[in-house]
Amino acid sequence: MIHSLFLINHSGDIFLEKHWKSVIGRSVCDYFFEAKEKAAEPEDVPPVLQTPHHYLISIYRDRLFFLSVIQTEAPPLFVIEFLHRVAEMFQDYFGECSETVIKDNVVTVYELLEEMLDNGFPLATESNILKEMIRPPTILRTMVNTLTGTSNFEERLPSGQLSTIPWRRAGVKYTNNEAYFDVIEEIDAIVDKSGTTVCAEIQGVIEACIKLSGMPDLTLSFMNPRLLDDVSFHPCVRFKRWESERVLSFIPPDGNFTLMTYHVSAQNLVAIPVYVKQSISFFESGSGGRLDLTVGPKQTMGKMVECFVITIHMPKAVLSTSLTATQGSYTYDPATKVLVWDIGRLNPQKLPNLRGSLSLQDGAPKPEDNPSLNIALKIQQLAISGLKVNRLDMYGEKYKPFKGVKYVTKAGKFQVRT
Amino acid sequence: MSTNTSYNDQGGAEAAVEVGQEGTLTSSGTGAGFGLFSTDFKKNDDLKEMLESNKESLKLEAMKRIVGLIAKGKNASELFPAVVKNVANKNIELKKLVYVYLVRYAEEQQDLALLSISTFQRALKDPNQLIRASALRVLSSIRVPIIVPIMMLAIKESASDMSPYVRKTSAHAIQKLYSLDPDQREHLIEVIEKLLKDKSTLVAGSVVMAFEEVCPDRIDLIHKNYRKLCNLLVDVEEWGQVVIICMLTRYARTQFTSPWQEGVSFDENNEKAFYDSDSEEKRDRTEAKPYMMDPDHRLLLRNTKPLLQSRNTAVVMAVAQLYWHLAPTHEVSTVTKSLVRLLRSHREVQYVVLQNIATMSIQRKGMFEPYMKSFYVRSTDATHIKTLKLEILTNLANEANISTILREFQTYVKSQDKAFAAATIQAIGRCATNISEVTDTCLNGLVLLLSNRDETVVAESVVVIKKLLQTQPTQHSDIIKHMAKLFDKITVAMARASILWLIGEYCERVPKIAPDVLRKMAKSFTSEEDIVKLQIVNLAAKLYLTNSKQTKLLTQYILNLGKYDQNYDIRDRTRFIRQLIVPNEKSGALSRYARRILLAPKPAPLLQSAFKDRDRFQLGTLSHSLNLKASGYQELSDWPAVAPDQSVRNVEVIEPVHETVASVKKSKAAKSEDKFYSDSEGEQEDRKGSRNSSSSSNDSSSSSSSSSSEGSGSEESEEETSDESAKSSSQSEKSSSESEADQKKEKNKKNANSKAKSKAVDSESEEENNNGPMASSSSEEGSSASESSASDSDSGTEQKKSSSKSKPKVQERPRKEVSLLDLDDVTPSAPTTSKASVYSPSLLSDLEGLSLSSVSSPMQVNVQTFGPVKSHELLHHMSGKGLSARYHFPRQPFLYQPSMVHLQVTLTNTSDHPLEGLHVGDHSPASITLHRFNTVDRLEPQASVTVSMGIDFNDSTQAANFQLCTKEAEFSVSIQPAVGELLLPTSLTQPDFEKEQGKLQGMNETSATITMAASHCSSAVLSKRVLSMAHLGEVITGHDSIHRFAGRTVSSGALVLVTVEQREATGATITVNTDKTVMASMLLRDLKQALASA
Repeated sequence: MIHSLFLINHSGDIFLEKHWKSVIGRSVCDYFFEAKEKAAEPEDVPPVLQTPHHYLISIYRDRLFFLSVIQTEAPPLFVIEFLHRVAEMFQDYFGECSETVIKDNVVTVYELLEEMLDNGFPLATESNILKEMIRPPTILRTMVNTLTGTSNFEERLPSGQLSTIPWRRAGVKYTNNEAYFDVIEEIDAIVDKSGTTVCAEIQGVIEACIKLSGMPDLTLSFMNPRLLDDVSFHPCVRFKRWESERVLSFIPPDGNFTLMTYHVSAQNLVAIPVYVKQSISFFESGSGGRLDLTVGPKQTMGKMVECFVITIHMPKAVLSTSLTATQGSYTYDPATKVLVWDIGRLNPQKLPNLRGSLSLQDGAPKPEDNPSLNIALKIQQLAISGLKVNRLDMYGEKYKPFKGVKYVTKAGKFQVRT
Repeated sequence: MSTNTSYNDQGGAEAAVEVGQEGTLTSSGTGAGFGLFSTDFKKNDDLKEMLESNKESLKLEAMKRIVGLIAKGKNASELFPAVVKNVANKNIELKKLVYVYLVRYAEEQQDLALLSISTFQRALKDPNQLIRASALRVLSSIRVPIIVPIMMLAIKESASDMSPYVRKTSAHAIQKLYSLDPDQREHLIEVIEKLLKDKSTLVAGSVVMAFEEVCPDRIDLIHKNYRKLCNLLVDVEEWGQVVIICMLTRYARTQFTSPWQEGVSFDENNEKAFYDSDSEEKRDRTEAKPYMMDPDHRLLLRNTKPLLQSRNTAVVMAVAQLYWHLAPTHEVSTVTKSLVRLLRSHREVQYVVLQNIATMSIQRKGMFEPYMKSFYVRSTDATHIKTLKLEILTNLANEANISTILREFQTYVKSQDKAFAAATIQAIGRCATNISEVTDTCLNGLVLLLSNRDETVVAESVVVIKKLLQTQPTQHSDIIKHMAKLFDKITVAMARASILWLIGEYCERVPKIAPDVLRKMAKSFTSEEDIVKLQIVNLAAKLYLTNSKQTKLLTQYILNLGKYDQNYDIRDRTRFIRQLIVPNEKSGALSRYARRILLAPKPAPLLQSAFKDRDRFQLGTLSHSLNLKASGYQELSDWPAVAPDQSVRNVEVIEPVHETVASVKKSKAAKSEDKFYSDSEGEQEDRKGSRNSSSSSNDSSSSSSSSSSEGSGSEESEEETSDESAKSSSQSEKSSSESEADQKKEKNKKNANSKAKSKAVDSESEEENNNGPMASSSSEEGSSASESSASDSDSGTEQKKSSSKSKPKVQERPRKEVSLLDLDDVTPSAPTTSKASVYSPSLLSDLEGLSLSSVSSPMQVNVQTFGPVKSHELLHHMSGKGLSARYHFPRQPFLYQPSMVHLQVTLTNTSDHPLEGLHVGDHSPASITLHRFNTVDRLEPQASVTVSMGIDFNDSTQAANFQLCTKEAEFSVSIQPAVGELLLPTSLTQPDFEKEQGKLQGMNETSATITMAASHCSSAVLSKRVLSMAHLGEVITGHDSIHRFAGRTVSSGALVLVTVEQREATGATITVNTDKTVMASMLLRDLKQALASA
């Protein structure tokens, strides 16, 4: 399937290559560079490209291109999904996925890539298995390795790969047994000029951090599972029990993982936590415009809205801005034409306001339309859909774990059209 | 997450440390790599020295640097001899790095690479499976043609390795060898055939991948494995799932008939029948319909459906395309929700998914219409995402939603992304042509856009208007006039050309303006773009024909200009036009037709989706994404008109429960111990399969196999003296007895019967899937099962009778199947009768993993999954006020507490009101501990639920009493286990057995001599009877006359050894060795009963 992988940085240098079958020359990337030239933004490069003898499937992530070369028919999503897994694995191992970090850990990276694919077909993509085979670098280990000359390879051979629960390694031991769940919900919405919601839906994810000894068998139940419209699970979740009882029953992987993602249907009314009163106008004559934004809380269920940021991609003609914000600070980058207003915590008593004038390039025509506002926010201790975890039961082990659930609501792709 | 951040810190700091060390280490890292090549080859020399030194750390350092070089794509091949020497090094990391190097350069240095081969050959024999696997991996990755025979041998050996992981690796190696030497194809197919039979979920994905690569056309290899693959699918790792699903899609298209024709109405009835299964007339109607979905077809659809919930987007897409290509029309929409979910994923995923949705939405608007809002464009989307969303919105447009969509489009037209705005205008055009109600609205809107400031928007509008006007030119002369006025302002060539064409085409509607436009054009002709020039020539020619008085001179002038144009196209066109329209002596008949040629009514262009023709490719494929046939693309065949023989797939259906469970089956007593993995099981399965198919297929089967099936059928049925209704193992017996019955019937009946029968097997397999070894839980199930077992017992003696008896069953099956098959579609709130088993198959396979990983106990506990399971009454529905409970011992170790005996309790509500809060209350005596089942919140009338509980009987047969409580009432119940259920099988080798037996002599030994019933004398029957009585494991012995069984008590783990020694004809001595003397005597009593004459 996957023949080769090239890692390419933002400026177009290939800094790592790996071949799982016979070697394919770098020149194949030229077709990709050609497409990259054509695209205005790196995001606009088509993910699937065709060259005379090969097919190129690439993803752009963390300012890096992961470019894979395939020679025969293969489901493109298969390759794309795998490439994202690779990136996630780097993230997991090194804390970030960047050119520097990959170059610094080139040996580990190579060892990882070698284990993840065999002859182009995924072999081990579970982080738990890989970590059993190749230990992630830590300060201590690097020092020990340097002093003693030992390796970061496990001497013991991994058993996880052979198990039917490949996501969990055997013999896990903790002194403090803890299980934490973060219910994170993101509101995707488009609000139009007049403030009416064009579309809104909630995308939720339950992130788990499980540090439990032995082989715990967990059952997580919700107060209102009917809310969930569409779900996807980590492979550890037993689908049959979800179907019949609407509970999540699973033997968890060790450490951090995404337990499930869900979707709360658009049919349900989605509470929009904030409103924005905006007026952006460009003068018909002369080179200028006015901007006046006021934001306020709408349906926040009595919780505080935090980390409130509004981002506006201004039209190309806008040269500079002179605005005053009653709360928070704003920045305008004339190169990228991005205006960012960082409000912080939303004060319901005194509504934050940003107003002032925009100056346009001389002679430039009045921009055709007004830019839309992208909103980011965070509400702690609230799942906007109303989803509630009922209880967590553990079987199979004797100790009493410490359990915790946290709710956060964020704005996902939240856009206000103006 | 908190840990994540702390980990980040570590990672960052670590990186810093490494950078700091670079000066001394010059290992990996940027500086090292670049430095190396600035100072060039000197450093390579030192690498060589380092590799040849005695210090491991130096070698490792050198290898790390070399891997760094490879990663950068630099050539490090000259170090090959030095590196290859280290291939046998003990240090694992060093070895791995050498492997990396070897795989990379072996192709270039073939002779030297051969030096390493012997190391791998040795490693292939290593006792550690992971070392064997990695040796095979590297060996097969070395692309050296000389070692093809060695590779072939290694693959063949590894394919029958007892470790599934090694077998998986060998499946990968198959592809590698095939790409190295395609001549090996035939041999490799043999290996693939063998591995396809493998029942490990680890192997399944890889071998199907090999199949797809090596012999995708050998569909015949799949037949026998089809059902197994369907059933295993959920437990296969996600990447394997994708490959298997794609392969099965192709397979299904060749094997089943299309569900898309008359089938539609049938299936709808089918669903209704589920909700209202008593309705007789509906059933009659369904039976009258000609189309019946093949149960295997249904099996595939049913088993892939849960995978829509996978986190892996590729799996979801694979299932979606499977439904699209295989499911009956009304079921396809089940995938919609999941596909829409994928739109939240990464941009690249969105891109591919949207492409597929675009293709789907052309054919099936209804599928995605409810989710229309999910395709609304955000200003932050990438351009190609935007265009795809636009495409889908356009496809979804209909009379009802067009106003919403147009309003949305209005926003897009104003987008700053002008390319996108232009695409929107095209989309509006398409909506306008497709939906006649809005044509005028759209046209007016587009005309307004003509005064837009942006050139591309205007140009696009003109082009679209042109196309729209062509469809209804009569009313729109003012629009044409308006465009003519705008003409001076428009600079985009395409737009100008379009306007000119419009004016030319409809010059008779704008008689005053047209010549004027031509006049202006004549002035600017030389400075126009080619495409505009061509249209000027056209316009001139058309005007010349319609209004030659005013335009004759202008036309001549333009034609003269065109004659000397630089572009040959234009010169050509000019010459052609001149000959055509200007009458002279040379131009013959043609000029008479000039008017008809130039002013012929032209068909309006069809504005259609760019995705129109993509449906020729299978969805989700690379070819579909690129819209051209990628190399290696496998066409999806059309449905066959007549389904090929279905019986080719008749194999005993495999329950995931049994898979890879280490079990010593009585029929394989002679097999060597180390092959107790799934291989041998597979063989047995095969045997059963051939037995089945040979008796049911139309061609006359070999007499030997059919007689053997008869033999086994009667033999087993005879044993079943007790009329217990629940028998898991009866499945195979049943089918074999059925097939006997079939043989007695006339040939023309055969087809129908075998069809129904395979369905029966199918529905039973589902039962198996859900309930594990327990077959009867709901009343309906129970009755049919008892019926079948009744026919079983008869079949041995009176076959005629059995055939008549099995007949009503055959008729009953389809109805049952209807309800069973569609269970997935039911809302979860409905009480899924008998489905709600706590033990899902995946849980059981989890269990297996547990036992695999706990290697601490030297004697592995066997999980005996076969054996008849008796179900006992716990609470009669009369005394339980409508609540009835039965329990049975599933003979699985109890998950939560190994010292407990595992019980499954089936609670059935026979009353007419729902029961709530079913749970276990107090229990006595206090010495017994029990693990309560989770409270069952609600049990609907006539529903039943199976729950698991564990009881620690302390190795005594003292009854456990406890309260079974509902919300309203409490019932005292009591469970007294048979002594045989207090055991767990243990696998012992014969020497171990004898050793242990030696330790348990004297008062720990109890024995008795009995006379056995004649029918129990054969060794297979004997061991079966022992095993059905007591939960023991059979010890493989060399003797036919001595049978040994071993087990441990569940609670204290004391060893229990049973020996049955056959004497003369029917005599036998039973010896029980255990230090639990009470148990021994009770066990002995039970055994005597079981083996003595019935």
